[in-house]
Amino acid sequence: MVRFLVTRLAGMVGVLFLVVLFTYAIFFALSPDPAVQICGKNCTPELIDQIRTNLGLDRPFYEQFLGFLSGLFVGTTYGTGANAIDCAAPCLGYSFQTGQPVLEMFEQRFGVSATLAVGAAVLWLFMGVAGGMLAAIKKGTWFDRAATGAALGGVSIPNYVLALVLQYVLVVKLGWLPFPQAVPFGADPGQWFLNFVMPWLVLAFTYASMYQRLTRANVLDTLDENFVRTARAKGLAPRLVWRRHALRPALTPVVTLFGMDFAGLLGGAIIIETVFGLNGVGKMASDSITKNDQPVIMGVTLVAAFLVIVGNVIVDIVYTTIDPRVRIGARA
Amino acid sequence: MTISMTTLEAETGGAPSVGVAPPAPRQGVWHHLLRNRGAVLALSYIALVALLAVAAPLVVKLSGWGPYEFDQSAIDPNLGGLPIGPLGGISAEHWFGVEPGTGRDLFARIVYGARTSMLIAIAATTLTTLLGVLFGLLAGYHGGKVDQVVSRVMDFLMAFPALIFMIAILSALPASNRAPLLVLVISVFGWPYLARVVRGQTMTLTQREFVEAARASGASGWRIVLLEILPNLRSTIIVMTTLAVPGYIGTEAGLSFLGVGVVPPTPSWGQMIAQSMSWYAVDPVYFLLPGTFLFLLVLSFTVLGDRLKDVVDAGERR
Repeated sequence: MVRFLVTRLAGMVGVLFLVVLFTYAIFFALSPDPAVQICGKNCTPELIDQIRTNLGLDRPFYEQFLGFLSGLFVGTTYGTGANAIDCAAPCLGYSFQTGQPVLEMFEQRFGVSATLAVGAAVLWLFMGVAGGMLAAIKKGTWFDRAATGAALGGVSIPNYVLALVLQYVLVVKLGWLPFPQAVPFGADPGQWFLNFVMPWLVLAFTYASMYQRLTRANVLDTLDENFVRTARAKGLAPRLVWRRHALRPALTPVVTLFGMDFAGLLGGAIIIETVFGLNGVGKMASDSITKNDQPVIMGVTLVAAFLVIVGNVIVDIVYTTIDPRVRIGARA
Repeated sequence: MTISMTTLEAETGGAPSVGVAPPAPRQGVWHHLLRNRGAVLALSYIALVALLAVAAPLVVKLSGWGPYEFDQSAIDPNLGGLPIGPLGGISAEHWFGVEPGTGRDLFARIVYGARTSMLIAIAATTLTTLLGVLFGLLAGYHGGKVDQVVSRVMDFLMAFPALIFMIAILSALPASNRAPLLVLVISVFGWPYLARVVRGQTMTLTQREFVEAARASGASGWRIVLLEILPNLRSTIIVMTTLAVPGYIGTEAGLSFLGVGVVPPTPSWGQMIAQSMSWYAVDPVYFLLPGTFLFLLVLSFTVLGDRLKDVVDAGERR
């Protein structure tokens, strides 16, 4: 078990390093000169050169990359003298457009994305997993057909289309929900909650559809397995067959998927946050793309990758408790 | 998110364990597909969109308006450029109404948008399949060091938050000629899902007697891979590829929706939906039309993939 953990964590560090290197290299090669952006309108070539030297942009790639890496662990300082900007560890970069360290911007927006992710996850796990299991048990009945049909629609409709339809019907036509307005929780808890209703529903429906399909298919596959037949043949009560033998193997892929999806959402639901005007990490990313604020885009990419990779490792560890086969494999 | 490629991986998680059986005769698959109502409907819709895409210039000649022509007489400047007439200005002149603000013909833009969707989907599918099959075969047949390297690369690509990274790369790249870049970016992150399955099945097939027999009779590695192993993978590849297409269509539309995909004025359904967002309350037809076309195309490929998988799985059981 310890050895399994150590290999897994070492693998994680390796992948994280590659992700940082890859992302940094791509942005290094592609992004427009940050010095020009910082310099602004009344700019001279000499001024640009000066900024470049100040920020170390004239140094070779590996030096800049090492600087970025060390910034992640011990922090870094941009520029020198009176105009120097401190960026404490872990320094993910600094947005010269907003005048904030990227991490600080991220922390300010994280609450909204987390609220969105948690609310939607509760809904979709319930609808998707319960719906999938019920459909599998009642295979071929009207319930199965209805649930499976809805799930097919749910995986096919792009969530921004669903978002617009829902917003048009619920807000414009029926007036059941107020127009989404950005309010902090303290100012107006009612409006704050109502703001999240549609995003939760849209996200949950999309994910629930994927989970319904996956759960149903897996449960049906598992019920065909020999060990389930054996359990039935030895006279175990159907309920026990389900609980002890069928559900666990059927649900392990769901756990994998959930770890990735949930971690991914914590890193920002770009489309949903943009459509509903929620001020989360995803909105920040899409705004930064419009403004061409490269340090922020890179920062969000790195944090999102970090969350997904950590999510995967957590899933692997959870796996060892729910699926004994993994434990045995790890020991070997 | 419909875009996430993990869907594909998960849903085929119990990967079609086809391949290992002798290849199902093609005719049988077609025969079974054509007897299924859902599959026939899906195929018909896909054929319709493909036809629109191929014949776009002709179709637009028929309807009378090109995708880039502004019709100022169809919009009302006093209402901020809302289309004149009910349902977003649907009339004999403009079959699907016009774009608010500019008066461009929506029918023409939908038809040309089909072109973008299909072109990118087909190109991305082709490239992903090539890469996936090539690397899957390479890793599965050779094993050892080659397998180690390919597998690590696949792990790395699959652990990556692909959507956000695609957005980041595309936003940093120059805006001209986005279509090939879109295809490239989608394929780079898409091939490991197919390659993983191909690799697994190739490993099993390599142990089989008929491969051993071929090797004993002096066939070269290339010959074994191409003539003995690849034909057995045919159904797996077809099923997985069909199931992956809706993901690519959705990704293109999503990226265009976010403004990093196809660049205006080239029409794309995702981009049309993004532009319709500021009008959704007063002109719902503007988002419903491209939304419906996109939804039906993704749905059709999903249904087709599902049915193909059923037919192939059933063929294997028989």
